[in-house]
Amino acid sequence: MNLISSIVTLSLIYATPIIITALGGLYSERSGIVNIALEGIMVIGAFVAATFTPLNEAALGGWTPWIAILLGALAGGLYSLIHAFVSIDLQANQVISGTALNMLAIGISVYFCQIFFNQQRTQTFSRGFVKTNVPLFSKIPIIGDLFFKRMYYTFYLALLLVIVTAFILRKTRFGLRLRASGEHPSAVDSLGVSVRKMRYTGVLISGLLAGLSGGIMVLTQATQFTAGSIHGVGFISLAALIFGRWNAWGVLGAGVFFGFSQIFAIFSKDIPILAKVPAEIFHALPYILTIIAILLFSRRSAGPKAAGELYDVSKR
Amino acid sequence: MEQFIVEMRNITKRFPGIIANANVTLQLKKGEIHALLGENGAGKSTLMSVLFGFYQPEEGEIFVRGEKVDIKSPNIAYELGIGMVHQHFQLIDNFTVVENIILGDEPGGILIDYDKARKQVKELSLQYGLGVDPDSKIEDISVGMQQRVEILKVLYRKAEIIILDEPTAVLTPQEIDELIGIMKNFAAEGKSVILITHKLKEIIASADRVTVLRQGKYIGTVNVKDTTEGELAELMVGREVNFDVDKAPAQPGEDVMVIKDLWVKDQRKLDALKGLNLHLRRGEILGIAGVDGNGQQELVEAVTGLRKVEKGDIILQGKSIINDSIRERITKGIAYIPEDRQRRALVMDFRLDENIVLKTYENEPLSHGLLLDEVEIKKKGKRIIDEFDVRSSEGIDTIVRNMSGGNQQKAIIGREVDLDPLVMVASQPSRGLDVGAIEYVHKRLVELRDQGKAVLLVSFELDEIMSVSDRINVIYQGRITGDVLPEETTVQELGLMMSGSKEVTLA
Amino acid sequence: MLKKRSHLTLSLIAILLSFVVASVVMLISGISPLSFFLSLIRTMTGMNLRAIGKEGFFNARYLGEFIQMAMPIILTGLSVGFAFRTGLFNIGAEGQVIMGSVGAVAVGILFKLPFYIHLPLAIFVAALCGALWGWIPGYFKAKFGVHEVVVTIMMNYTALYLGNFIIKALPGSDNQKTVKLAATSLLHSKFLRQLTGNSRLHWGFIVVIIALFVYHFIIEKTTFGYELRAVGFNKDAAEYGGIKVSSRIAYSMAIAGAFAGLAGAMLTLGTFDYGRVIGTFENYGFDGIAVALLGGNTAFGIFFGGLLFGGLKSSQTLMQASGIPLEIAIIVSALIILFVAMKNGIDLVFEWMDARKRSKDESH
Repeated sequence: MNLISSIVTLSLIYATPIIITALGGLYSERSGIVNIALEGIMVIGAFVAATFTPLNEAALGGWTPWIAILLGALAGGLYSLIHAFVSIDLQANQVISGTALNMLAIGISVYFCQIFFNQQRTQTFSRGFVKTNVPLFSKIPIIGDLFFKRMYYTFYLALLLVIVTAFILRKTRFGLRLRASGEHPSAVDSLGVSVRKMRYTGVLISGLLAGLSGGIMVLTQATQFTAGSIHGVGFISLAALIFGRWNAWGVLGAGVFFGFSQIFAIFSKDIPILAKVPAEIFHALPYILTIIAILLFSRRSAGPKAAGELYDVSKR
Repeated sequence: MEQFIVEMRNITKRFPGIIANANVTLQLKKGEIHALLGENGAGKSTLMSVLFGFYQPEEGEIFVRGEKVDIKSPNIAYELGIGMVHQHFQLIDNFTVVENIILGDEPGGILIDYDKARKQVKELSLQYGLGVDPDSKIEDISVGMQQRVEILKVLYRKAEIIILDEPTAVLTPQEIDELIGIMKNFAAEGKSVILITHKLKEIIASADRVTVLRQGKYIGTVNVKDTTEGELAELMVGREVNFDVDKAPAQPGEDVMVIKDLWVKDQRKLDALKGLNLHLRRGEILGIAGVDGNGQQELVEAVTGLRKVEKGDIILQGKSIINDSIRERITKGIAYIPEDRQRRALVMDFRLDENIVLKTYENEPLSHGLLLDEVEIKKKGKRIIDEFDVRSSEGIDTIVRNMSGGNQQKAIIGREVDLDPLVMVASQPSRGLDVGAIEYVHKRLVELRDQGKAVLLVSFELDEIMSVSDRINVIYQGRITGDVLPEETTVQELGLMMSGSKEVTLA
Repeated sequence: MLKKRSHLTLSLIAILLSFVVASVVMLISGISPLSFFLSLIRTMTGMNLRAIGKEGFFNARYLGEFIQMAMPIILTGLSVGFAFRTGLFNIGAEGQVIMGSVGAVAVGILFKLPFYIHLPLAIFVAALCGALWGWIPGYFKAKFGVHEVVVTIMMNYTALYLGNFIIKALPGSDNQKTVKLAATSLLHSKFLRQLTGNSRLHWGFIVVIIALFVYHFIIEKTTFGYELRAVGFNKDAAEYGGIKVSSRIAYSMAIAGAFAGLAGAMLTLGTFDYGRVIGTFENYGFDGIAVALLGGNTAFGIFFGGLLFGGLKSSQTLMQASGIPLEIAIIVSALIILFVAMKNGIDLVFEWMDARKRSKDESH
C-alpha cells in the first residue's frame, strides 16, 4: 500500500508539468498554430524561475516559488510571441520556427547562466515547492493517502486549469472562436472575427502555460536549472496532447499516464524483478511509450484541421 | 438622380502582376435581383470581395444608401447590412449548424446563450421556408442544406444586401428553381440581391438587371427583359459564341470498360458507391451527370487506382484491373484529367517538361535504368507544347506555378493524350477555364472519341454534359439512376434523375 | 513563391541578421562581439588578426580542427536536406548520429580485421544504423500516416538512452566511455595531423566529398530522385503519376538516416577513438537543420552552410578561452534557423520595397 500510494503521488507530481504544458499546446493548436516550441518555452520558464528563486528565497520565504513560477509564465508568454510573430505574420513554417526556438532557449538560458553564475547552470536553491499534506482531505481513508498526502499544490493548479480549459472551449464565445480558427480560418475571417488575433491569443496562452509549467517542473523536481532540466518533457506534452485528442480531459488522462511512465525508472530499483534492468531502458521508456501511443491513436487522430497550415489572407 | 442602395464607382483593384478590376462601376437598386456576369477570371469575385471588405480597392468609391463608406472588413460590411454567401462554403464541418451561424455574433455575454441562438435560427429557417435543423453537424447534411446554412448566416446578421457567389454550381435543376424562389422572396421583402454567375439561363430566369464584366473591365449594365441569352453571351466573351460543340454523330464500337457492382468508400469510410454498374464503349463520350458528392469522385478514383475498391469489379478489355497499381493502369491505357489540376495533376514547383513526363519518366528513352535522360525529356516536352499549343513565358523551363490555368490544363491534356490511352477519364475538365479554353478542351475530347478512344466525362455542368456527351449516365447516391441519350432527354428529366425521383435505363 | 536565385541572398541576410542579434545579446551582457568575431575568423582561417605580423599569426591547427568539425555537420545537413527534398522534416538526425556512432564503435571494438575491411565495415555499419533509425519513422509515416516530427523527436531521446546503454555494455567500458577502438577501424591520419599542427583532422573528408556527390547525383540525376522530389513538392500529384509515395517516404528517411549515421562515424572513428556516454544532445542534428535550410537543400549550399556551422562549433573552445560563453554559438545557430524560416517575411519586405519603388517611379 505504501509503495502504491507513493507511486500514485509521484506519478501525479511528474504529470503536473506535462498536463499544464499540454493544455498550453491545446490552446495553440486549437487556434491553428502548431507549437513545437513548447519544450523551449518550458526551458525559458524553468530558467527564469530557477534564477529568481536562489536570489530571493531568503527575503521572500514561502512565497518565492509562487512568484518564481509566475515570472516563468510571463517569460514563457513573451518568448512565445516570437513564435506567434514568425508563424502568423511572417508565415514561416511552424515546425521550423519551433525547432529554432527550442535551440535558442537552451542557448540563451545557459548563456545567461554563464553570465550570472559563471557556470553552465543556475545556483542551487535551498528549497523550491514543499510537499504538503492537504488539511482535512488527507484524512480521508485511501483517497487521502493517494491524492492528498505529500503532494505539491501545483498538481491541484493543473487540475483547476484542466477544468477551466474544458469550460472555456465548450461554453464561451472565446472558445468557439478559437476552435473555429483552427478548423476553418477563412470562415472565421468571413464573419468578421480576426483569425490573427485568435491565433496570437492561442499562442500567447500556450507560452504562459508552458512557462509556468517549466517553472513548476524545476521547482518540484530539481535543485537548480541545467540544460537538461526539461529533457524532452515539452515534447512528451505534445504527445499527451495528441494522445488526449486535443481535449482538456483527455490531456489530463494522457498526462497522468506519461507521468507514471516517467517515474518508472525511480521505482524499478525497489521492485526486485525490475532492478536488474538497466536504468537507461527506463529512461527511454516514456519516449518509446509515446511512439507506441501515437501509433495506436494514428487511425483516429482528430486534430484541428487547419493546424500547421499557412493561412494567407491575401490568397483567399 | 436615382437613389441606389449600393453604388460602386470606378473601382480599380490591382494584384501583383494583374489588374483584377479596372474602373468598374456597379449600381444596385433596392429590391432588385442584380446579376453580375462574366467568365472565370473576369473580376466578379474580386469586385464582390471589395464590397464585402476582404480587399481594399486602390481607386474608386463605394456608396451605401447614398453615403460614402470605407469597407475595411467583413464586420463593417455586416454593419452596413451587406452579407455574402460564398461559392466555397465557409462552414466548419464538425461544428453544428447553430455554431456556424452564430460564430462572430454570438448571443449572450462571455458565455454563449445557446438556447436563444437555437430559437433564433429556428425562427429564421421557418420564416423563409429553409427547413434547416439547427443541431445537425455540417458534415452530416447535404450540400443543398449547407448552402441554406450559408444563407441563414447572412439572414441572421440582418443583411439587406445579399451577395450570392455562383450559388447554383452545386444544385440540381429543381434545387436551382427553389433557390430562385428564395431570392425572389428576398426581393419582394425589399432586400437586394447580387447574383454572381456565368450561367445565362439563370440570369434570364431570375434577375432584373445584369452588369457584365470582361477581363476586369466594366462592359455595361442591361435590363434582363430587354436582352437575350445570345446577346449576353456576346457581351461576356466579346465575340459571337457558339455553345454547341461541333461534332459528328458517334460511332460507338464494342465495350472497352465494364464496371460491375462497384462498392467504394469515401474519405469518411462511408459507402460512396453502392453497387454501381456502367459500361463504356470505344468511340463514345459517356457523360456522368449528377450533383457534386454523389460518388463521382470515388468512381473516378476507383477507375484510376487512387482509391481502394471494396467490392465489385472494373474490367478493361476483358481483364479485371482492380488489383493493378496506378502505374499499371496507366500502362494499360487509362489516362486521367483530374478535377483539381493544381493539387492532383501537376507538381506546381516542377518545370513544365518535368510535369510532362510525370507518368512516363521511367520509360525508354526518357531514362535508362536509374538514370534520367535530360535531353530526351526536354525533347518530349518541346514536342508536347508545340502539338498542344501550350504557352508559357520560358517554354519547357517554365515553373508550372507561373502558368495560366488554361495553359496548365493544355499541358495536362497533352500529357494524357500522348499516353495514347484506351480510356480517357476527364473529371470536370473545363472547371475554372475561360470560354476559349473550354472550347479547346471539348474539341480535344471529341477528337479522341473520333480516334476510337472511350471518354468518361464527369461534370456538374449540365450544359456541358448535354452538349459534349454521346450518352449520359446519371449518378445519384453512388448508383447509376439513368442511362439516356442527350437528344432524347431534357434538363428537367436529368434533374429528376439527379435527385433520385426518377430512374431510366436504356434497354 | 520564392525565386531560386534569391535563396543565396536570403541566406546571407539571415546570417547577417543572426550575427547582428547575437552581437546585441553580447553587448547587453557585457561581452565584446569583437572577440567573438575574431575567434570565429581565427578558427575558420587559422589567422589571429590580433597578431598580424607577429609570431603566432597563423596556426594551421585551428584550420584542421575547423574542417574536422565541419565534416559531421555537412553530413547531417545532407541528412536533413535529403528528407526535405521529399517533403519530410528529419528532426531525427540527432538520434541517427548517435546510433551511427554506436554502430561504428561496436564494429571498432568487437572485430579484429585488416584495415581495408575493418574501416569500410565500421563506416558501413554506422550508415546502416543511422538508416535504420531513419527508416522507422519513415515507415510509420508511410504505413500509419503518423507525422514524422513527433516520432523522430521521441526517437532522438530513445537513441540517447539506448546508445548510452550499448556503450556501457560493450566489453571493457566504464561509466564514461568504451575502451579504445582497434586502430584498423579508425580514420586517423598521422600525415594530416602533422600537416595541421597536430589537429584532429582525419581521412573522413573523403567520405564527406563522396557523400556530397552521391547526394547531388541521387536527387538530380536519377528516376528515384525525380520521384522523391515529386513526392516532396506534391504527394497527391506524385501518387496520381503512379509513384509509390509510401515506399519513397520510407526510403527517403532511410537514406537521410544513413547520411546522419556517417556523421556518427566521423565522430567516433575520426574525431575520437572511443565511444562516449553523453549526458545530453550535442546538436549535430539540429545544426544539420540549419545547414540544410541555409543551403537550400542543394549539395553545394549544404557544403558551405556546413563550413559555417563547423566554424561556429569549432570556435567554441577559443571563445570559452577568451571569456565568451560558448552558448553564443548555439544562439547564432538557432537565430539562423529562425531567420531562414522567416524567408517569406523577408521576401515580403523586399516585395513591399519593390512595390514602393515602382509606384514612386510611376508617379514621376
